[in-house]
Amino acid sequence: MIWQFDIIILIFMVVTAVIALRVKDLLAASMVFGIYSFLICLLWAEMGAVDVAFTEATVGAGVSTVIMVATVFSTRRRSKD
Amino acid sequence: MKLFGLIAVIIVGALLLSATGDFPDFGDPQSPASASPLSTHYIEGSVYETKVPNLVTAVLADYRGFDTMFETVVIFVAGIGIIAVLRAFGTPAAELPEGGGEEGDDDLIIRTTCNLVFPVIQVFALYVVAHGHHSPGGGFQGGVMLGASYILLALSCGLPAAKRRLGERQTIVLAAIGVIVFAGWGVACVLFGGNFLDYAALDPIIPGDVQMARSHSMLGVEIGVAFTVTAIMFVIYANLSTRGRLRDGL
Repeated sequence: MIWQFDIIILIFMVVTAVIALRVKDLLAASMVFGIYSFLICLLWAEMGAVDVAFTEATVGAGVSTVIMVATVFSTRRRSKD
Repeated sequence: MKLFGLIAVIIVGALLLSATGDFPDFGDPQSPASASPLSTHYIEGSVYETKVPNLVTAVLADYRGFDTMFETVVIFVAGIGIIAVLRAFGTPAAELPEGGGEEGDDDLIIRTTCNLVFPVIQVFALYVVAHGHHSPGGGFQGGVMLGASYILLALSCGLPAAKRRLGERQTIVLAAIGVIVFAGWGVACVLFGGNFLDYAALDPIIPGDVQMARSHSMLGVEIGVAFTVTAIMFVIYANLSTRGRLRDGL
């Protein structure tokens, strides 16, 4: 566990979380959520929880992103609020 | 209203941040989670009791197998719920949204790349399932990867191509088989005189000693989990991307 690495990942996580909330384009928001999942997967792998990181990489970053993109294509692409 | 929301977020955030100071340090051996006799027993005894080097799988599939069984049931029920809500039986073709991709207008590069990557993903997913009790991985991860390979096929070559390999009826049967394998393994333990999901009772029919019986049983239930997860992931994608019509997807 390297604390400098942790700080960098955590800062990126906060930035991607804020972007995912602020961006109006829902497709872009799903993509940013995928990046967020990969970052948290990286954090878990770095903390030694490799099984959880693996699950996050496959479920969170992989399939969830695809499912969200598939859902965005069935709705309007831009968010109103 | 926005101001109220901001104040609420600041107060709750400050409370949470002040509470994080009470967390034990990372990897602290004296923290309540690490110091309990149960976790000490898992950490020190699981390799001798089950011959499974991956402690996470030993806890998930053996010590807390009942919990994992109902997680599998949750995924199964989620898939059934998706089908019940989204699947549109007998909708006339005229109502299809415009721009639904027809088969045959795909890019050659995408098709070729996906055809090359598809078997590699599947073999790696099977390795993750089969090797889940010796290295990170297991039924959930391997099953999701196997389902993702079919999703990739549906994205690159169209949903009909994926449905030819994993039809709708097959997916539901596969998902049910996964739950039945997991629960049936537990019932088999009862039939041999043990408790439900007490794999040590299966020693007479599984080669090797009692520890290997538990190790092999973990592999068996992980395969059941992988069946269910594979099928349900593909069902969720197929129904979501086509609004339940199962044709002309993304």
